[in-house]
Amino acid sequence: MSITGASERELRDGEIDEPELSERLARLWATPRGLIGALMSVDHKVIGRRYIVTAFVFLFAGGLLAVLMRLQLSGAQRHLIGPDLYNQIFTMHGSTMMFLFAVPVMEAFAVYLVPLMVGTRNIAFPRLNAFSYWMYLFGGCFLWIAFFLNTGPDVGWFAYVPLSSIQYDPSKRADVWAQMITFTEVAALAVSVEIVVTVLKRRAPGMTLDRIPLYVWSMLVTSFLVMFAMPSVMVASTALILDRLIGTRFFEPAAGGNVLLWQHLFWFFGHPEVYIIFIPGTGMVSAIVSTFTRRQVIGYTAVVLSLIATGFLSFGLWVHHMFVTGLPQLGAGLFTATSMLIAVPSGIQIFCWLATLWDGKPVWRTPLLFVLGFLVIFVLGGLTGVMVASVPIDTQVHDTYFVVAHFHYVLIGGAVFPLIGAVYYWFPKLTGRMLSERLGRWHFALAFIGFNVAFFPMHILGLEGMPRRVYTYLPEMGWDRLNLTSSAGALLFALSFAVMAVNVVRSLRNGDIAGDNPWGASTLEWATGSPPPPQNFSRIPLVTHRDPLWAERDVLPVVAGLSVERHEVLLTSATEAEPQTREASPEPSLWPLITAIAVTVFFIGSIFTPWAVVWGTPPIAIALTGWFWPAGTKEDEE
Amino acid sequence: MKSRIALDVSELPTYGFGPRSGPWWGAMGFMALEGMGFAIAIGAYLYLLAVNSHWPLDTPPGLAPGTAMTGLLVLSVVPNIWLNRVAHRLELRAVRIGLVLMSAIGVAALIVRGFEFLHIHTRWDTDAYGSIVWFILGLHTTHLATDLGDTIVLCVLMFTRHAQPRRFSDVTDNVFYWNFVVLAWLPLYVLLYWVPRL
Repeated sequence: MSITGASERELRDGEIDEPELSERLARLWATPRGLIGALMSVDHKVIGRRYIVTAFVFLFAGGLLAVLMRLQLSGAQRHLIGPDLYNQIFTMHGSTMMFLFAVPVMEAFAVYLVPLMVGTRNIAFPRLNAFSYWMYLFGGCFLWIAFFLNTGPDVGWFAYVPLSSIQYDPSKRADVWAQMITFTEVAALAVSVEIVVTVLKRRAPGMTLDRIPLYVWSMLVTSFLVMFAMPSVMVASTALILDRLIGTRFFEPAAGGNVLLWQHLFWFFGHPEVYIIFIPGTGMVSAIVSTFTRRQVIGYTAVVLSLIATGFLSFGLWVHHMFVTGLPQLGAGLFTATSMLIAVPSGIQIFCWLATLWDGKPVWRTPLLFVLGFLVIFVLGGLTGVMVASVPIDTQVHDTYFVVAHFHYVLIGGAVFPLIGAVYYWFPKLTGRMLSERLGRWHFALAFIGFNVAFFPMHILGLEGMPRRVYTYLPEMGWDRLNLTSSAGALLFALSFAVMAVNVVRSLRNGDIAGDNPWGASTLEWATGSPPPPQNFSRIPLVTHRDPLWAERDVLPVVAGLSVERHEVLLTSATEAEPQTREASPEPSLWPLITAIAVTVFFIGSIFTPWAVVWGTPPIAIALTGWFWPAGTKEDEE
Repeated sequence: MKSRIALDVSELPTYGFGPRSGPWWGAMGFMALEGMGFAIAIGAYLYLLAVNSHWPLDTPPGLAPGTAMTGLLVLSVVPNIWLNRVAHRLELRAVRIGLVLMSAIGVAALIVRGFEFLHIHTRWDTDAYGSIVWFILGLHTTHLATDLGDTIVLCVLMFTRHAQPRRFSDVTDNVFYWNFVVLAWLPLYVLLYWVPRL
């Protein structure tokens, strides 16, 4: 038996010239044709695109629910939506936006962009990536189908016990919520491991740690946050399902359980979650600011250290969500201090961007406009954040619309505005066409005005005592006018997204042809075609500078020696990015989809019967074995 | 964009061990997040301990099966490390022996675990103490079972024509993961068996 390694006679890319090399590699790395082929895809660009589109579908669905709520609240005692449906709608809105839109869309962009930006041919563990997408899709569909069957969760997006305990919610609504968590966390954890390994092991040679693009740094930090935050909510949601299904007593005070245990477990995840959404936004801002000011972001090292500091600090804040549960004074003081402290690294980043804008030559295209919107809105949200970090103020405004205003300023300002900027910025790379600049400016103006008109009045409503999650209010409260203003703003904000949809659809057909690098940007994703070919790069770039495309304007130094007969990627050392091995990358497969179906059956079954663990496990084991068992291809026999 | 070849990597190996291999880093990632899962579960146990005026709420679990489990797992590290060495040297015959041995140890561990469950002395639905003990033991059992499944599949694979050099690297990653499962058990053993006896 031969165990000495690969055949020595395979064809390498150094032996073939362009364009034959590109054609051969494109054939080799292409997703197989037909429906089955599409279901087998392990190309990070295909999966990333699906992920992005799906996340935006959920954004529109969640946004529609927000519009419904605003219509209901636009005046006192309206009867558009009854209390039970309203409970489901605000829970669905929050859960959809957090678990099916915000986190997945950030992961989705990373799935698409990170391999391109570090100069490799596919993401690490591409089959896991496919599996992750299917889990996300099935989890999202599960939640929404349940909602359409009047079994949508109605316990708020953080599902506090005892409200979500079996005594108060005997239907399956809370179980649907809890298991949706499991689906989406499995998906997010998988992507995080892929991103970490892609960034640490698949960077193009020469891309040392201090040459990693800031966006990639932000996704590396985010991925670590996911890995250390999400297990907590998985423990929590599992414990909740167990309490509801087989009568465990985790959250039942009469049997030694504790309801605050739920809040600790949830917020230990829930607070880092905010940064899991925000940190990728900062990475997008860094990328856009650099490109449109035609210079490096000032303070690269300070920005990277701020990202890492934010990551660490984000695990020390969770109790500030629990100030009104009664804390020892020392605990309240500590968590107030850390909550205020985290404003420091965010502030450092903001000053770095402002300095870059100040020193550079800003080109005011749509992506940069959204960055401007981000700066204004996020700073306002940050200011109210410092306010609610203080226990006395938090005690006053807890569970009021002040908090609703605060977190929408932080999350929409901190993540959605950069994200929309990123859509305008990277759309040409994904599709080969430019979005309309004119519609882009309309989109920005409507979004900026609409957002502020919708959410600023909520600060005042909150200070006036309007609680969140009420389906209506009495006319005597005097909240009509501000609520009507807010609802009008919400419609305007929704309209801005309609403009974006029109822009996307029109530009896909008739947009200007983008070319490889329409913005004259500096990072590696712009060194290849738009959209990139299946192999990403026909030759792997050799990085000599933090801004490779600005340093090497005409001729890019590249690497030769990889196979053109089988899927092969270059692994490099974690810090210096020195070439180490030529590792096989898995070929397309149906097994990730089959495994995801088996896990879906297991997950959904197990909210109805504990026996699902018994009959649900063997199919998963079989699917996983099929997944890992070598299929006899060249990649497997290496 | 035009390009010029500036580096040739054709002489590089097609697989590596440890930090030179992709799957090793993947295993590291999953160990980190699963380790976090254990840490959170330990935190939940200690939280419940802290909020209850007496602990445990029932009789602590019987010491014998848990201690036997600890002994078995600690001793299993010896053949596991040996397996790691022979896999690095691409010694197919020795690797096969090692994998059969580790599969048998995995089965033995699951049997001992069965006895542990029998000697918990409380049900999961009796009170929060029972719930958390069953939960933590269940969580670790999932890891034992997953690693056993992985070991068996790898063992069968190494008896087929697929026993290529890259698979030896997979064997070392499996060794690595088993060590993690053993290491994760040690604080859990102290927590489940000794903390309630303090």
